[in-house]
Amino acid sequence: MSVQATRAAPFEADRASPSKPGAGFQAIAAVLPYLLGFLMLFVAWHIASVYIVQSVLFPAPAAVFAKAGELAASGVLFEQIGASLQRIAIGFVLGSAIGIPIGLLMGTVPFARKMIEPWTEFLRFIPSVAMITIAVIWFGIGENSKIFLIIYATVFIVTLNTASGVATVSKNKLRAAQALGASRFQIFYLVALPATVPFILTGMRLAMANAFTTIVAAEMIAASDGLGVMLWNGRLYMLVDEIFVSLLSLGILGFTFDRLFRWGILRFAGRFSPVA
Amino acid sequence: MAFVELRDVGKWYAALSGRRSIAVQHFSLTLDRGDFLCLLGPSGCGKTTILSMLAGFEAPSEGQILLDGQAVRAPSRDRGVVFQGDDSLYPWLTAVQNIEFGLRVGGVPAKERRATALDYLDLVGLNGQAEKFPAELSGGMKQRIQIARALANKPKMLLMDEPFGALDAQTRSIMQRELRRIWDATGTTIVFITHDIDEAILLSTRVGVMTAGPGGTLKSVIPIEMTGDRERADPAYGRYYQQVHSDIRDEVAKASSYGRKAA
Ligand SMILES: Nc1ncnc2c1ncn2[C@@H]1O[C@H](COP(=O)(O)OP(=O)(O)OP(=O)(O)O)[C@@H](O)[C@H]1O
Ligand SMILES: [Mg+2]
Repeated sequence: MSVQATRAAPFEADRASPSKPGAGFQAIAAVLPYLLGFLMLFVAWHIASVYIVQSVLFPAPAAVFAKAGELAASGVLFEQIGASLQRIAIGFVLGSAIGIPIGLLMGTVPFARKMIEPWTEFLRFIPSVAMITIAVIWFGIGENSKIFLIIYATVFIVTLNTASGVATVSKNKLRAAQALGASRFQIFYLVALPATVPFILTGMRLAMANAFTTIVAAEMIAASDGLGVMLWNGRLYMLVDEIFVSLLSLGILGFTFDRLFRWGILRFAGRFSPVA
Repeated sequence: MAFVELRDVGKWYAALSGRRSIAVQHFSLTLDRGDFLCLLGPSGCGKTTILSMLAGFEAPSEGQILLDGQAVRAPSRDRGVVFQGDDSLYPWLTAVQNIEFGLRVGGVPAKERRATALDYLDLVGLNGQAEKFPAELSGGMKQRIQIARALANKPKMLLMDEPFGALDAQTRSIMQRELRRIWDATGTTIVFITHDIDEAILLSTRVGVMTAGPGGTLKSVIPIEMTGDRERADPAYGRYYQQVHSDIRDEVAKASSYGRKAA
Protein backbone atom coordinates (compact mmCIF):
# COMPACT_ATOMS: atom_id res chain seq x y z
CA MET A 1 0.00 0.00 0.00
CA SER A 2 2.65 2.48 0.99
CA VAL A 3 4.61 1.62 -2.14
CA GLN A 4 1.67 2.51 -4.33
CA ALA A 5 1.12 5.72 -2.43
CA THR A 6 4.75 6.66 -2.92
CA ARG A 7 4.55 6.03 -6.62
CA ALA A 8 1.29 7.88 -7.11
CA ALA A 9 1.89 10.88 -4.89
CA PRO A 10 5.41 11.13 -3.51
CA PHE A 11 4.78 14.41 -1.73
CA GLU A 12 1.85 13.07 0.19
CA ALA A 13 3.77 10.01 1.18
CA ASP A 14 6.61 12.22 2.39
CA ARG A 15 4.29 14.20 4.53
CA ALA A 16 2.65 11.09 5.93
CA SER A 17 5.83 9.23 6.77
CA PRO A 18 7.02 11.03 9.92
CA SER A 19 3.77 10.39 11.78
CA LYS A 20 3.07 6.91 10.41
CA PRO A 21 6.10 4.93 9.27
CA GLY A 22 5.53 2.52 6.38
CA ALA A 23 5.42 -1.26 6.67
CA GLY A 24 8.94 -1.61 5.29
CA PHE A 25 10.37 0.77 7.83
CA GLN A 26 8.59 -1.04 10.67
CA ALA A 27 9.94 -4.40 9.50
CA ILE A 28 13.48 -3.01 9.51
CA ALA A 29 12.96 -1.47 12.94
CA ALA A 30 11.80 -4.86 14.22
CA VAL A 31 14.84 -6.82 13.00
CA LEU A 32 17.38 -4.04 13.59
CA PRO A 33 18.29 -5.13 17.15
CA TYR A 34 18.89 -8.66 15.86
CA LEU A 35 21.05 -7.47 13.00
CA LEU A 36 23.05 -5.32 15.39
CA GLY A 37 23.43 -8.23 17.80
CA PHE A 38 24.72 -10.54 15.09
CA LEU A 39 26.99 -7.86 13.72
CA MET A 40 28.54 -7.40 17.16
CA LEU A 41 28.98 -11.15 17.48
CA PHE A 42 30.96 -11.26 14.25
CA VAL A 43 32.95 -8.13 15.15
CA ALA A 44 33.89 -9.66 18.50
CA TRP A 45 34.87 -12.88 16.77
CA HIS A 46 36.96 -10.96 14.26
CA ILE A 47 38.74 -8.99 16.98
CA ALA A 48 39.36 -12.09 19.07
CA SER A 49 40.74 -13.99 16.12
CA VAL A 50 42.79 -11.34 14.30
CA TYR A 51 44.09 -9.21 17.17
CA ILE A 52 44.07 -11.36 20.29
CA VAL A 53 44.57 -15.04 19.48
CA GLN A 54 46.39 -14.59 16.16
CA SER A 55 46.51 -18.30 15.37
CA VAL A 56 45.51 -20.48 12.42
CA LEU A 57 43.61 -22.57 14.94
CA PHE A 58 41.10 -19.74 15.35
CA PRO A 59 40.18 -18.47 11.87
CA ALA A 60 38.56 -15.07 11.37
CA PRO A 61 34.96 -14.82 10.17
CA ALA A 62 36.03 -13.75 6.70
CA ALA A 63 38.07 -16.94 6.24
CA VAL A 64 35.22 -19.09 7.53
CA PHE A 65 32.71 -17.40 5.24
CA ALA A 66 35.05 -17.93 2.31
CA LYS A 67 35.36 -21.61 3.17
CA ALA A 68 31.62 -21.88 3.58
CA GLY A 69 31.11 -20.32 0.15
CA GLU A 70 33.56 -22.78 -1.33
CA LEU A 71 31.85 -25.78 0.30
CA ALA A 72 28.45 -24.46 -0.66
CA ALA A 73 29.46 -23.99 -4.28
CA SER A 74 30.75 -27.56 -4.50
CA GLY A 75 27.51 -28.79 -2.91
CA VAL A 76 29.30 -30.55 -0.05
CA LEU A 77 27.94 -28.21 2.62
CA PHE A 78 24.32 -28.73 1.63
CA GLU A 79 24.78 -32.50 1.44
CA GLN A 80 26.02 -32.56 5.03
CA ILE A 81 23.35 -30.17 6.27
CA GLY A 82 20.70 -32.11 4.36
CA ALA A 83 21.82 -35.41 5.88
CA SER A 84 21.60 -34.02 9.42
CA LEU A 85 18.31 -32.21 8.87
CA GLN A 86 16.66 -35.26 7.37
CA ARG A 87 17.50 -37.35 10.43
CA ILE A 88 16.29 -34.61 12.74
CA ALA A 89 13.06 -34.18 10.79
CA ILE A 90 12.15 -37.88 10.72
CA GLY A 91 13.07 -38.50 14.36
CA PHE A 92 11.44 -35.32 15.54
CA VAL A 93 8.15 -35.98 13.76
CA LEU A 94 8.03 -39.59 14.95
CA GLY A 95 9.04 -38.61 18.50
CA SER A 96 6.33 -35.95 18.65
CA ALA A 97 3.76 -38.31 17.15
CA ILE A 98 4.52 -40.79 19.92
CA GLY A 99 4.92 -38.24 22.72
CA ILE A 100 1.75 -36.19 22.21
CA PRO A 101 -0.80 -39.02 22.58
CA ILE A 102 1.08 -40.51 25.53
CA GLY A 103 1.22 -37.09 27.19
CA LEU A 104 -2.49 -36.54 26.60
CA LEU A 105 -3.25 -39.92 28.09
CA MET A 106 -1.06 -39.24 31.12
CA GLY A 107 -2.67 -35.86 31.64
CA THR A 108 -6.24 -37.14 31.40
CA VAL A 109 -6.20 -40.54 33.07
CA PRO A 110 -4.54 -40.54 36.51
CA PHE A 111 -4.15 -44.32 36.39
CA ALA A 112 -2.25 -44.10 33.12
CA ARG A 113 -0.09 -41.31 34.48
CA LYS A 114 0.93 -43.35 37.51
CA MET A 115 1.70 -46.33 35.32
CA ILE A 116 3.73 -44.45 32.71
CA GLU A 117 5.52 -42.11 35.10
CA PRO A 118 8.14 -44.68 36.22
CA TRP A 119 9.14 -45.03 32.56
CA THR A 120 9.38 -41.36 31.80
CA GLU A 121 10.94 -40.45 35.14
CA PHE A 122 13.55 -43.18 34.78
CA LEU A 123 14.43 -42.76 31.13
CA ARG A 124 14.51 -38.99 30.97
CA PHE A 125 17.55 -38.95 33.24
CA ILE A 126 19.48 -41.08 30.77
CA PRO A 127 20.61 -38.48 28.23
CA SER A 128 20.26 -39.35 24.57
CA VAL A 129 24.04 -39.10 24.01
CA ALA A 130 24.48 -41.86 26.58
CA MET A 131 22.30 -44.04 24.38
CA ILE A 132 24.54 -43.67 21.30
CA THR A 133 26.62 -46.77 21.91
CA ILE A 134 23.65 -49.03 22.51
CA ALA A 135 21.83 -47.51 19.54
CA VAL A 136 24.75 -48.36 17.28
CA ILE A 137 24.93 -51.91 18.64
CA TRP A 138 21.19 -52.37 18.14
CA PHE A 139 20.62 -50.55 14.86
CA GLY A 140 24.06 -50.38 13.23
CA ILE A 141 25.65 -47.23 11.90
CA GLY A 142 22.98 -46.63 9.25
CA GLU A 143 20.11 -44.15 9.44
CA ASN A 144 18.10 -46.20 11.92
CA SER A 145 20.38 -45.65 14.89
CA LYS A 146 20.34 -41.87 14.39
CA ILE A 147 16.58 -41.76 13.96
CA PHE A 148 16.16 -43.86 17.06
CA LEU A 149 18.33 -41.41 19.00
CA ILE A 150 16.39 -38.37 17.79
CA ILE A 151 13.10 -40.06 18.70
CA TYR A 152 14.58 -40.79 22.11
CA ALA A 153 15.74 -37.17 22.45
CA THR A 154 12.29 -35.87 21.50
CA VAL A 155 9.74 -38.17 23.02
CA PHE A 156 10.15 -37.55 26.76
CA ILE A 157 10.25 -33.78 26.55
CA VAL A 158 7.14 -33.72 24.38
CA THR A 159 5.35 -36.26 26.58
CA LEU A 160 6.06 -34.46 29.84
CA ASN A 161 5.18 -31.03 28.48
CA THR A 162 1.94 -32.31 27.00
CA ALA A 163 1.00 -34.07 30.23
CA SER A 164 1.73 -31.03 32.37
CA GLY A 165 -0.22 -28.90 29.89
CA VAL A 166 -3.31 -31.04 30.29
CA ALA A 167 -2.91 -30.94 34.06
CA THR A 168 -2.75 -27.13 34.18
CA VAL A 169 -5.97 -26.43 32.28
CA SER A 170 -7.85 -24.21 34.70
CA LYS A 171 -10.54 -25.97 36.67
CA ASN A 172 -13.17 -23.43 35.71
CA LYS A 173 -12.68 -24.08 31.98
CA LEU A 174 -13.51 -27.74 32.51
CA ARG A 175 -16.35 -26.96 34.89
CA ALA A 176 -17.86 -24.42 32.51
CA ALA A 177 -17.96 -27.08 29.80
CA GLN A 178 -19.62 -29.54 32.19
CA ALA A 179 -22.28 -27.03 33.16
CA LEU A 180 -22.88 -26.26 29.48
CA GLY A 181 -23.67 -29.92 28.88
CA ALA A 182 -20.45 -31.18 27.25
CA SER A 183 -19.77 -34.90 27.39
CA ARG A 184 -16.44 -36.22 28.66
CA PHE A 185 -15.25 -36.72 25.11
CA GLN A 186 -16.36 -33.20 24.10
CA ILE A 187 -14.56 -31.77 27.12
CA PHE A 188 -11.43 -33.57 26.02
CA TYR A 189 -11.30 -32.47 22.42
CA LEU A 190 -13.01 -29.11 22.67
CA VAL A 191 -11.39 -27.87 25.90
CA ALA A 192 -8.47 -29.91 27.23
CA LEU A 193 -6.84 -30.46 23.85
CA PRO A 194 -6.88 -26.87 22.55
CA ALA A 195 -5.86 -25.57 25.97
CA THR A 196 -2.84 -27.87 25.81
CA VAL A 197 -1.64 -26.81 22.35
CA PRO A 198 0.79 -24.13 23.60
CA PHE A 199 2.38 -26.62 25.98
CA ILE A 200 2.74 -29.19 23.21
CA LEU A 201 4.41 -26.61 20.97
CA THR A 202 6.72 -25.50 23.77
CA GLY A 203 7.68 -29.11 24.39
CA MET A 204 8.39 -29.57 20.70
CA ARG A 205 10.51 -26.45 20.66
CA LEU A 206 12.64 -27.71 23.56
CA ALA A 207 12.84 -31.15 21.94
CA MET A 208 14.09 -29.57 18.73
CA ALA A 209 17.03 -28.03 20.58
CA ASN A 210 17.73 -31.41 22.15
CA ALA A 211 17.58 -33.09 18.74
CA PHE A 212 20.29 -30.78 17.39
CA THR A 213 22.61 -31.65 20.27
CA THR A 214 21.97 -35.34 19.85
CA ILE A 215 22.43 -35.55 16.11
CA VAL A 216 25.87 -33.96 16.21
CA ALA A 217 27.10 -36.31 18.91
CA ALA A 218 25.64 -39.33 17.15
CA GLU A 219 27.12 -38.40 13.78
CA MET A 220 30.54 -37.79 15.31
CA ILE A 221 30.56 -41.32 16.59
CA ALA A 222 28.75 -43.27 13.92
CA ALA A 223 27.87 -41.84 10.52
CA SER A 224 29.28 -41.31 7.06
CA ASP A 225 27.79 -37.91 6.45
CA GLY A 226 26.23 -34.97 8.31
CA LEU A 227 27.49 -31.94 10.22
CA GLY A 228 28.82 -34.15 13.00
CA VAL A 229 30.99 -36.02 10.50
CA MET A 230 32.26 -32.70 9.16
CA LEU A 231 33.29 -31.76 12.69
CA TRP A 232 34.98 -35.07 13.31
CA ASN A 233 36.85 -35.12 10.01
CA GLY A 234 37.92 -31.56 10.69
CA ARG A 235 39.62 -32.78 13.83
CA LEU A 236 41.21 -35.80 12.14
CA TYR A 237 42.67 -33.82 9.24
CA MET A 238 43.13 -30.52 11.08
CA LEU A 239 40.68 -28.69 8.80
CA VAL A 240 39.96 -25.91 11.27
CA ASP A 241 38.06 -23.82 8.73
CA GLU A 242 35.69 -26.71 8.05
CA ILE A 243 35.10 -27.19 11.77
CA PHE A 244 34.10 -23.56 11.99
CA VAL A 245 31.84 -23.83 8.96
CA SER A 246 29.92 -26.68 10.56
CA LEU A 247 29.75 -24.88 13.90
CA LEU A 248 28.44 -21.80 12.16
CA SER A 249 25.90 -23.90 10.24
CA LEU A 250 24.66 -25.50 13.46
CA GLY A 251 24.21 -22.11 15.08
CA ILE A 252 22.36 -20.68 12.12
CA LEU A 253 20.16 -23.75 11.63
CA GLY A 254 19.27 -23.98 15.31
CA PHE A 255 18.48 -20.29 15.49
CA THR A 256 16.38 -20.41 12.32
CA PHE A 257 14.32 -23.41 13.38
CA ASP A 258 13.79 -22.02 16.84
CA ARG A 259 12.59 -18.71 15.38
CA LEU A 260 10.29 -20.53 12.97
CA PHE A 261 8.81 -22.44 15.88
CA ARG A 262 8.36 -19.32 17.96
CA TRP A 263 6.80 -17.57 15.02
CA GLY A 264 4.47 -20.54 14.52
CA ILE A 265 3.49 -20.49 18.18
CA LEU A 266 2.72 -16.78 18.08
CA ARG A 267 1.08 -16.84 14.69
CA PHE A 268 -1.10 -19.92 15.04
CA ALA A 269 -1.36 -20.52 18.74
CA GLY A 270 -0.85 -17.16 20.42
CA ARG A 271 -4.49 -16.96 21.32
CA PHE A 272 -4.36 -20.49 22.72
CA SER A 273 -2.56 -18.89 25.63
CA PRO A 274 -3.53 -20.82 28.76
CA VAL A 275 -3.68 -17.75 30.98
CA ALA A 276 -5.92 -15.28 29.19
CA MET B 1 -41.98 -30.09 47.26
CA ALA B 2 -39.31 -27.44 47.16
CA PHE B 3 -37.36 -27.10 43.93
CA VAL B 4 -33.97 -26.99 45.64
CA GLU B 5 -33.27 -28.03 49.19
CA LEU B 6 -29.98 -27.73 51.06
CA ARG B 7 -30.13 -29.77 54.25
CA ASP B 8 -27.51 -29.01 56.86
CA VAL B 9 -24.81 -28.86 54.18
CA GLY B 10 -21.15 -28.71 55.17
CA LYS B 11 -17.96 -28.82 53.12
CA TRP B 12 -14.37 -29.21 54.23
CA TYR B 13 -11.07 -29.70 52.55
CA ALA B 14 -7.96 -31.53 53.68
CA ALA B 15 -5.60 -28.68 54.56
CA LEU B 16 -1.86 -28.95 53.94
CA SER B 17 -1.28 -29.07 57.70
CA GLY B 18 -3.23 -32.33 57.78
CA ARG B 19 -6.15 -30.87 59.68
CA ARG B 20 -9.34 -30.28 57.76
CA SER B 21 -10.29 -26.76 56.81
CA ILE B 22 -13.98 -26.02 56.94
CA ALA B 23 -15.26 -23.97 54.00
CA VAL B 24 -18.94 -23.87 54.97
CA GLN B 25 -21.09 -25.61 57.57
CA HIS B 26 -24.70 -26.23 58.70
CA PHE B 27 -26.12 -24.51 55.67
CA SER B 28 -29.87 -25.09 55.24
CA LEU B 29 -32.08 -23.39 52.71
CA THR B 30 -34.95 -24.14 50.37
CA LEU B 31 -35.61 -22.49 47.03
CA ASP B 32 -38.85 -22.55 45.10
CA ARG B 33 -39.07 -22.42 41.34
CA GLY B 34 -38.64 -18.83 40.21
CA ASP B 35 -36.87 -17.70 43.37
CA PHE B 36 -34.16 -15.08 42.96
CA LEU B 37 -31.82 -15.45 45.92
CA CYS B 38 -28.95 -13.06 46.49
CA LEU B 39 -26.25 -14.39 48.75
CA LEU B 40 -24.14 -11.92 50.69
CA GLY B 41 -21.30 -12.47 53.10
CA PRO B 42 -17.76 -11.45 53.89
CA SER B 43 -14.95 -12.72 51.68
CA GLY B 44 -14.02 -16.32 52.44
CA CYS B 45 -17.30 -17.25 54.15
CA GLY B 46 -18.12 -20.01 51.66
CA LYS B 47 -20.38 -18.46 49.02
CA THR B 48 -18.50 -19.89 46.05
CA THR B 49 -18.33 -23.26 47.80
CA ILE B 50 -22.13 -23.36 48.13
CA LEU B 51 -22.50 -22.44 44.47
CA SER B 52 -20.14 -25.14 43.21
CA MET B 53 -21.99 -27.76 45.26
CA LEU B 54 -25.30 -26.55 43.80
CA ALA B 55 -23.78 -26.82 40.32
CA GLY B 56 -22.65 -30.35 41.11
CA PHE B 57 -18.93 -29.70 40.71
CA GLU B 58 -18.27 -30.81 44.27
CA ALA B 59 -20.16 -33.05 46.65
CA PRO B 60 -21.04 -31.85 50.15
CA SER B 61 -18.94 -33.40 52.94
CA GLU B 62 -22.07 -33.66 55.05
CA GLY B 63 -25.74 -32.98 54.58
CA GLN B 64 -27.65 -33.18 51.33
CA ILE B 65 -28.50 -31.08 48.32
CA LEU B 66 -31.75 -32.10 46.67
CA LEU B 67 -33.10 -30.94 43.34
CA ASP B 68 -36.70 -31.95 42.76
CA GLY B 69 -36.18 -34.40 45.58
CA GLN B 70 -33.15 -36.04 43.93
CA ALA B 71 -29.60 -35.64 45.24
CA VAL B 72 -27.40 -33.49 42.98
CA ARG B 73 -24.67 -35.79 41.65
CA ALA B 74 -23.10 -34.13 38.64
CA PRO B 75 -23.17 -30.86 36.72
CA SER B 76 -25.94 -30.48 34.18
CA ARG B 77 -26.86 -28.08 31.42
CA ASP B 78 -30.00 -27.34 33.45
CA ARG B 79 -27.85 -25.36 35.87
CA GLY B 80 -25.93 -22.61 34.12
CA VAL B 81 -22.95 -21.16 35.94
CA VAL B 82 -21.30 -17.74 35.76
CA PHE B 83 -17.93 -18.05 37.45
CA GLN B 84 -16.13 -15.57 39.66
CA GLY B 85 -13.20 -14.23 37.62
CA ASP B 86 -12.69 -14.78 33.92
CA ASP B 87 -10.53 -17.91 33.62
CA SER B 88 -13.49 -19.98 32.47
CA LEU B 89 -13.68 -18.47 28.98
CA TYR B 90 -11.93 -20.27 26.14
CA PRO B 91 -9.16 -18.01 24.85
CA TRP B 92 -8.87 -19.90 21.55
CA LEU B 93 -12.51 -19.15 20.68
CA THR B 94 -13.93 -15.80 19.63
CA ALA B 95 -16.54 -14.05 21.74
CA VAL B 96 -19.40 -15.44 19.70
CA GLN B 97 -17.88 -18.94 19.61
CA ASN B 98 -17.59 -18.85 23.39
CA ILE B 99 -21.26 -17.90 23.69
CA GLU B 100 -22.41 -20.68 21.37
CA PHE B 101 -20.31 -23.36 23.07
CA GLY B 102 -23.25 -24.84 24.99
CA LEU B 103 -25.40 -24.95 21.88
CA ARG B 104 -22.56 -26.50 19.92
CA VAL B 105 -22.06 -29.37 22.36
CA GLY B 106 -25.85 -29.70 22.45
CA GLY B 107 -25.88 -30.36 18.70
CA VAL B 108 -27.69 -27.20 17.56
CA PRO B 109 -26.99 -26.60 13.83
CA ALA B 110 -24.27 -24.04 13.11
CA LYS B 111 -26.47 -21.34 11.54
CA GLU B 112 -29.10 -21.49 14.21
CA ARG B 113 -26.68 -21.42 17.12
CA ARG B 114 -24.74 -18.54 15.59
CA ALA B 115 -27.93 -16.50 15.32
CA THR B 116 -28.84 -17.26 18.94
CA ALA B 117 -25.33 -16.43 20.14
CA LEU B 118 -25.40 -13.09 18.31
CA ASP B 119 -28.72 -12.27 19.97
CA TYR B 120 -27.20 -12.84 23.39
CA LEU B 121 -24.08 -10.88 22.46
CA ASP B 122 -26.43 -8.05 21.65
CA LEU B 123 -28.29 -8.51 24.89
CA VAL B 124 -25.13 -8.02 26.96
CA GLY B 125 -24.34 -4.90 24.93
CA LEU B 126 -21.39 -6.27 22.98
CA ASN B 127 -22.57 -6.32 19.39
CA GLY B 128 -19.68 -5.64 17.07
CA GLN B 129 -17.31 -7.58 19.34
CA ALA B 130 -18.33 -11.00 18.02
CA GLU B 131 -15.01 -11.83 16.37
CA LYS B 132 -12.75 -10.61 19.19
CA PHE B 133 -10.83 -13.11 21.29
CA PRO B 134 -11.07 -12.94 25.09
CA ALA B 135 -7.51 -11.58 25.31
CA GLU B 136 -8.71 -8.58 23.28
CA LEU B 137 -11.59 -7.79 25.65
CA SER B 138 -11.66 -5.91 28.95
CA GLY B 139 -12.47 -7.61 32.24
CA GLY B 140 -16.05 -6.34 32.23
CA MET B 141 -16.55 -7.41 28.62
CA LYS B 142 -15.28 -10.92 29.38
CA GLN B 143 -17.66 -11.11 32.30
CA ARG B 144 -20.55 -10.24 30.01
CA ILE B 145 -19.47 -12.89 27.48
CA GLN B 146 -19.60 -15.39 30.32
CA ILE B 147 -23.12 -14.25 31.24
CA ALA B 148 -24.24 -14.50 27.62
CA ARG B 149 -22.72 -17.98 27.38
CA ALA B 150 -24.70 -19.17 30.38
CA LEU B 151 -27.94 -17.51 29.24
CA ALA B 152 -27.75 -18.79 25.65
CA ASN B 153 -28.13 -22.33 27.00
CA LYS B 154 -31.48 -21.35 28.61
CA PRO B 155 -30.87 -23.21 31.88
CA LYS B 156 -33.66 -23.84 34.37
CA MET B 157 -31.44 -22.46 37.09
CA LEU B 158 -28.72 -19.82 36.99
CA LEU B 159 -25.85 -19.83 39.46
CA MET B 160 -23.98 -16.54 39.29
CA ASP B 161 -20.85 -15.76 41.28
CA GLU B 162 -20.36 -11.99 41.53
CA PRO B 163 -21.26 -11.64 37.85
CA PHE B 164 -21.32 -7.85 37.78
CA GLY B 165 -18.27 -7.32 39.99
CA ALA B 166 -16.03 -6.08 37.17
CA LEU B 167 -18.56 -3.75 35.54
CA ASP B 168 -18.74 0.02 35.69
CA ALA B 169 -21.79 1.52 37.41
CA GLN B 170 -23.55 2.33 34.15
CA THR B 171 -23.16 -1.09 32.53
CA ARG B 172 -23.91 -2.71 35.83
CA SER B 173 -27.31 -1.08 36.13
CA ILE B 174 -28.14 -1.95 32.52
CA MET B 175 -27.18 -5.57 33.15
CA GLN B 176 -29.20 -5.63 36.36
CA ARG B 177 -32.26 -4.49 34.48
CA GLU B 178 -31.66 -7.08 31.76
CA LEU B 179 -31.27 -9.87 34.28
CA ARG B 180 -34.52 -8.84 36.02
CA ARG B 181 -36.25 -8.79 32.65
CA ILE B 182 -34.96 -12.25 31.70
CA TRP B 183 -35.93 -13.60 35.10
CA ASP B 184 -39.41 -12.08 34.74
CA ALA B 185 -39.84 -13.51 31.27
CA THR B 186 -38.44 -17.00 31.86
CA GLY B 187 -39.07 -17.74 35.51
CA THR B 188 -35.52 -19.05 35.86
CA THR B 189 -34.47 -19.79 39.42
CA ILE B 190 -31.43 -17.69 40.23
CA VAL B 191 -28.79 -17.83 42.95
CA PHE B 192 -26.72 -14.70 42.71
CA ILE B 193 -23.66 -13.93 44.82
CA THR B 194 -22.77 -10.30 45.38
CA HIS B 195 -21.01 -7.98 47.81
CA ASP B 196 -23.35 -5.16 46.95
CA ILE B 197 -26.38 -4.69 49.25
CA ASP B 198 -27.99 -2.26 46.83
CA GLU B 199 -27.75 -4.77 43.99
CA ALA B 200 -29.18 -7.53 46.19
CA ILE B 201 -32.24 -5.47 47.12
CA LEU B 202 -32.89 -4.25 43.57
CA LEU B 203 -32.70 -7.75 42.11
CA SER B 204 -33.76 -10.48 44.46
CA THR B 205 -36.85 -11.96 46.01
CA ARG B 206 -34.79 -12.97 49.05
CA VAL B 207 -31.45 -11.87 50.44
CA GLY B 208 -29.39 -14.46 52.32
CA VAL B 209 -26.64 -13.19 54.61
CA MET B 210 -23.85 -15.53 55.67
CA THR B 211 -21.73 -15.42 58.81
CA ALA B 212 -18.02 -14.72 58.61
CA GLY B 213 -15.79 -17.54 57.44
CA PRO B 214 -13.88 -19.71 57.23
CA GLY B 215 -16.71 -22.14 57.83
CA GLY B 216 -19.56 -19.67 57.47
CA THR B 217 -23.22 -20.54 57.58
CA LEU B 218 -26.50 -18.90 56.64
CA LYS B 219 -27.28 -16.22 59.22
CA SER B 220 -30.56 -14.81 57.97
CA VAL B 221 -32.81 -14.76 54.94
CA ILE B 222 -34.72 -11.54 54.32
CA PRO B 223 -37.63 -11.63 51.87
CA ILE B 224 -37.76 -8.54 49.66
CA GLU B 225 -41.36 -7.68 48.98
CA MET B 226 -41.36 -4.67 46.72
CA THR B 227 -43.83 -4.58 43.88
CA GLY B 228 -43.29 -3.22 40.40
CA ASP B 229 -40.05 -1.59 39.31
CA ARG B 230 -37.73 -1.30 42.22
CA GLU B 231 -36.76 2.24 43.11
CA ARG B 232 -34.16 3.39 45.57
CA ALA B 233 -36.56 6.23 46.49
CA ASP B 234 -39.09 3.70 47.78
CA PRO B 235 -39.19 3.89 51.61
CA ALA B 236 -39.19 0.07 51.71
CA TYR B 237 -35.80 0.11 49.95
CA GLY B 238 -34.32 2.11 52.81
CA ARG B 239 -35.73 -0.24 55.43
CA TYR B 240 -34.39 -3.34 53.66
CA TYR B 241 -31.04 -1.68 53.20
CA GLN B 242 -30.81 -0.94 56.92
CA GLN B 243 -31.80 -4.48 57.80
CA VAL B 244 -29.34 -6.22 55.48
CA HIS B 245 -26.62 -3.76 56.31
CA SER B 246 -26.88 -4.33 60.06
CA ASP B 247 -26.85 -8.11 59.52
CA ILE B 248 -23.76 -8.04 57.42
CA ARG B 249 -21.84 -5.31 59.28
CA ASP B 250 -21.15 -7.49 62.31
CA GLU B 251 -19.94 -10.32 60.10
CA VAL B 252 -17.57 -8.16 58.13
CA ALA B 253 -16.23 -6.82 61.42
CA LYS B 254 -15.70 -10.38 62.64
CA ALA B 255 -14.02 -11.36 59.40
CA SER B 256 -11.56 -8.50 59.59
CA SER B 257 -10.75 -9.19 63.24
CA TYR B 258 -9.93 -12.81 62.24
CA GLY B 259 -7.67 -11.31 59.65
CA ARG B 260 -5.90 -9.20 62.26
CA LYS B 261 -5.44 -12.15 64.61
CA ALA B 262 -4.01 -14.23 61.83
CA ALA B 263 -1.57 -11.50 60.78
N1 LIG C 1 -10.23 -26.10 47.03
C1 LIG C 1 -10.10 -25.62 48.27
N2 LIG C 1 -9.19 -26.16 49.12
C2 LIG C 1 -9.06 -25.70 50.38
N3 LIG C 1 -9.78 -24.70 50.90
C3 LIG C 1 -10.70 -24.11 50.13
C4 LIG C 1 -10.91 -24.53 48.77
N4 LIG C 1 -11.89 -23.77 48.24
C5 LIG C 1 -12.27 -22.91 49.21
N5 LIG C 1 -11.55 -23.11 50.35
C6 LIG C 1 -11.71 -22.37 51.60
O1 LIG C 1 -13.09 -22.30 51.91
C7 LIG C 1 -13.44 -21.03 52.39
C8 LIG C 1 -14.59 -20.48 51.59
O2 LIG C 1 -14.16 -20.22 50.24
P1 LIG C 1 -15.11 -19.58 49.15
O3 LIG C 1 -14.33 -19.50 47.90
O4 LIG C 1 -16.37 -20.36 49.12
O5 LIG C 1 -15.36 -18.13 49.74
P2 LIG C 1 -16.25 -16.94 49.16
O6 LIG C 1 -17.30 -16.67 50.15
O7 LIG C 1 -16.66 -17.26 47.77
O8 LIG C 1 -15.23 -15.72 49.16
P3 LIG C 1 -15.07 -14.49 48.14
O9 LIG C 1 -16.13 -13.51 48.48
O10 LIG C 1 -13.71 -13.94 48.46
O11 LIG C 1 -15.17 -15.04 46.77
C9 LIG C 1 -12.21 -20.17 52.36
O12 LIG C 1 -11.69 -20.08 53.66
C10 LIG C 1 -11.25 -20.94 51.46
O13 LIG C 1 -9.96 -20.77 51.94
MG1 LIG D 1 -16.17 -16.53 45.93
